[in-house]
Amino acid sequence: MQALATVVVDVGDVPVALSTGDPALAAVLQRRFHRFLTPSAAPAFHFDISVIPDGDDTGDRDEDLQVRAEGGLWRLRRGDFRAEWDPETRRGWIHQRLSPYAADSVLRIVHTLLLSRARGFLLHASSVVRNGRAFLFTGPSGVGKTTIARLAPDDAVVLTDEISYVRQVGGRYMAYGTPFAGELSDSGEPVSAPVAAVFGLAWAADPSHERLAEGAAVQMLMRNILFFAADPALTADLLETACDFADAVPAFRLAFAPDARVWATIQ
Amino acid sequence: MSDVFFTRAGQLAARKVADEVVILRAHDSSLYVLNPVASAVWEAADGRTSLDAVVRDVICHEFDVDPETARRDASELLASLVAEGLLRTSDQPMAPADPGAPGGHPA
Repeated sequence: MQALATVVVDVGDVPVALSTGDPALAAVLQRRFHRFLTPSAAPAFHFDISVIPDGDDTGDRDEDLQVRAEGGLWRLRRGDFRAEWDPETRRGWIHQRLSPYAADSVLRIVHTLLLSRARGFLLHASSVVRNGRAFLFTGPSGVGKTTIARLAPDDAVVLTDEISYVRQVGGRYMAYGTPFAGELSDSGEPVSAPVAAVFGLAWAADPSHERLAEGAAVQMLMRNILFFAADPALTADLLETACDFADAVPAFRLAFAPDARVWATIQ
Repeated sequence: MSDVFFTRAGQLAARKVADEVVILRAHDSSLYVLNPVASAVWEAADGRTSLDAVVRDVICHEFDVDPETARRDASELLASLVAEGLLRTSDQPMAPADPGAPGGHPA
């Protein structure tokens, strides 16, 4: 396939090149990842993307995600895409429907696999930087991740309202902006900051927060970390990282109502 | 009642956090958090230490419980951990867990 366009998407200082011969998909990718495009960066990984034609109804569009390691390759499949990735050569391919969601999902999965070996993880959490410190707000859908990001003061920078990127750098945990959007339907900002605290969200009439013991913090993290690979070694690495993070970063349970005053309690 | 020996199943990652053991199963990412008594049983699961020995030397020693109650509760606890696929049992001592294997990851 003759590549007509390549976009390089840099999340967490890991540039990933996405090349496609389909001009419509190239435009979709450029819109989806517009704040995270770094054309001059040398890509750490490269995917060639082909598009499943509109009339092709083979395959089950509702098929759930499968992630498997076979013969040194990672094979990913879901109703709207197939993908394969060789972590040795750092190249792979994606065969997908014409939408931003398939490449978005592949990027999320690739980053979870890379992060599990790099003292990091993707977390179902919004994250906001204020005064040079990142605050993470985690929990299941509907618990207020997007709401608390929307309520952030004007001097705050939203890294993401949906999927937070966390990695240990120089002995401390950093949060990076991601293009992985939730209800805001817009990406975060491509900046990073050291993580100051993580909050498990709950609704309540009056805002309050309490410090979580380390065991409870590990539970909260593990229930909200994105992880797709049924691989024993990666699983052990991930649990070790979650425990180390819980030891290094204070965790709280934060009950709040949709009111900007909640930010007065977040220091 | 005959004695029973028990060891950790494979494909598990485990870490001790404070006085609780957190276990993550690889194939379905199921998460388990063991209370302190269950954590003591998990930590003793080397395939060579019998349940009676764990009750006598660990549970009765570290927790305020009488031997009969401790034996009954430990048997129920062991059965539940086996049912969840976290431990394996035998009426004979088993080979010690391989510390390099995921199931033998030190807690």
